[in-house]
Amino acid sequence: MRYIEPHGHMVSRTTDDYQAMAMAGCQAVSEPAFWAGFDRSSVQGFYDYFCQLTQHEPRRAAMFGLPHYTWLCINPKESEDLKLADEVLAIIPEFMGSPNVLGIGEIGLNKNSRNEMLVLEKHIDLAASNDQLILVHTPHLEDKRKGTRLILDALKSDSRIRPERCIIDHVEEHTVGMVLDDGFWAGMTLYPETKCTSNRAIDILELYGNERIWMNSACDWGISVPLAVPRAAQEMKRRGSDPGQIDKVIYQNPIEFMSQSPRFTAPEGL
Amino acid sequence: MADRKNILDLYFLDARARLIDIAAFMDRVDRADGGDDFRYDAFRAALKALESGKPDRAGKMLLAFSDPTDEPITAATTKAACGAWPGADNA
Repeated sequence: MRYIEPHGHMVSRTTDDYQAMAMAGCQAVSEPAFWAGFDRSSVQGFYDYFCQLTQHEPRRAAMFGLPHYTWLCINPKESEDLKLADEVLAIIPEFMGSPNVLGIGEIGLNKNSRNEMLVLEKHIDLAASNDQLILVHTPHLEDKRKGTRLILDALKSDSRIRPERCIIDHVEEHTVGMVLDDGFWAGMTLYPETKCTSNRAIDILELYGNERIWMNSACDWGISVPLAVPRAAQEMKRRGSDPGQIDKVIYQNPIEFMSQSPRFTAPEGL
Repeated sequence: MADRKNILDLYFLDARARLIDIAAFMDRVDRADGGDDFRYDAFRAALKALESGKPDRAGKMLLAFSDPTDEPITAATTKAACGAWPGADNA
């Protein structure tokens, strides 16, 4: 089995996780910027975080033979503070030239507030102005339906944004249709409680097909499973999925999307 | 098209266990002291999707827990989601 982990917050995982992922067939990891579990007190905290994502973490992944890619932003959980958000947005261009940066992410909404919307629109402008891919976080639980709709409308209202260059992550049964219908890519996050289980993700694949869709673990500092993608692949196999279809969803699709960035290099053997 | 017997062979026992766990959860809530709670109200409303006999039960259940409004809220006063919409007056 070979797979790409397209959404893993590796800064909060141990080296044992890298080793387990590599042994399970992982060929590359992609790490969006996210909330640290606490609010940073200043833009300097983000500066250090972006250094970690663009300099330190690629070296750590390389110890296990894994190419490491990243995405930059201020997470919507910290977007209520507009002054801080503006300061963070101002330093992102300094890091955009780093060789492992694929785009802007994971941007989006958390509680669907007005300030979150303002910061989302600024991120969209930053991405469009710099021809960057976009990776979007959709809100949790009761806020997901509304937030996903607001995010799609914000992206569609900017004529520079091409849906095929945006992945809308954390879709579930009530949002996947609107994402794919609007021409965007969809990401299914395999979380034990708050997002998709493997079985539900496979159901969604059966219902919506395997074009413009991927699965990820979004492993982070919370309850999450770094090997969720290969475990889901095993479940697909148990359910009778064709090996070629499994490979497409967990390996070829992430490559197809991320290859839209000139910084992404497909692993050998595709 | 999946084979129904195969799907049941793979998932019946797991689904049965989860269903009993839900029943036990509801018994547990009933035994506990306290008043109404919007989360449990939403939970009971969502259960109706199971009995609908129509496809996309999972989607309908998710919608039953969802904020049905379309406008951004004035300001985020918390970072966490609780799993059920508390209503416009409490959002």
